[in-house]
Amino acid sequence: MIDAKDREIIEALQGGLPLVPAPYAQVASDMGMDEDELLLRLADLKSSGVIRRIAAAPNHYKLGMTSNGMTVWDVKDDRVTELGTRIGALPFVTHCYERPRALPDWPYNLFAMVHGTDRDEVEEKRAEITAILGDACRAKDILYSTRILKKTGLRLKTKG
Amino acid sequence: MTLDETDRAILNRMQDDLPLTTHPYAAIATELGISENELLSRLTRMKDERVITRFGPFFDAAAMGGAFCLCAMAVPPENFETVLTKVNAHPEVAHNYERTHRLNMWFVLATETPEGIEATAEAIERETGIEVLCFPKLQEFFIGFRVAA
Repeated sequence: MIDAKDREIIEALQGGLPLVPAPYAQVASDMGMDEDELLLRLADLKSSGVIRRIAAAPNHYKLGMTSNGMTVWDVKDDRVTELGTRIGALPFVTHCYERPRALPDWPYNLFAMVHGTDRDEVEEKRAEITAILGDACRAKDILYSTRILKKTGLRLKTKG
Repeated sequence: MTLDETDRAILNRMQDDLPLTTHPYAAIATELGISENELLSRLTRMKDERVITRFGPFFDAAAMGGAFCLCAMAVPPENFETVLTKVNAHPEVAHNYERTHRLNMWFVLATETPEGIEATAEAIERETGIEVLCFPKLQEFFIGFRVAA
């Protein structure tokens, strides 16, 4: 688990990593820490999975990927792992999860996010998923996003 | 802003992991065949123009002992903005999207403890009088979140 110093590091990096030649040195110096110690702790946080990667989050809309559809599927339970793995590997699927159904309103247990330049492209990609799932799929739907209502990274509450 | 080939190459590379070295951007600039200065100035411009929404570590709340959960609500259109204000006021709401469905508001809760999900969902239900459906992940079929620029 993370200790108090890791927590300080996470708080310092929540807003992002500075775009300067020696970003870790700058963060370390702001925290009154050695760069070497910061790098070691970051390596540990990565190996324990707390940090997945240090990378850019692109804005799909600005890249022309203006259409995003959350495709949802009711897949037979005994096939969901095998089929989820195949759907998750498709190049146009950015997130793919098995989630619980909320019966009777919500029969879907497989969620796959599909991005495209327009709805036609998203529908074409969705048809590929339909073909892969075949008769293991009993019902399906797609929910397009019409507005981003909020988008922030993870925020830790300030303790105390 | 218009992205040229170099911007696109940078964007594709920067969706992968940044090395943990003293001069990480210099290492990537070398890979891409440009100078460190050019890489940093293009990254800064793309961030200013919001082509990049954020650059930095991606944290996994679950690995810190916390939790993420996708939630959905069926909000009557006439109350949408009022409910939205109440939902977004919770710092645990990390992302929120309006979607085309009877369940028209979809948000992700990120909390520091697993119990925080239920507590926040209940608070939202109390404040809005609308049921919050929770869809925690059972399995993640993870390949990556990359998008080709």
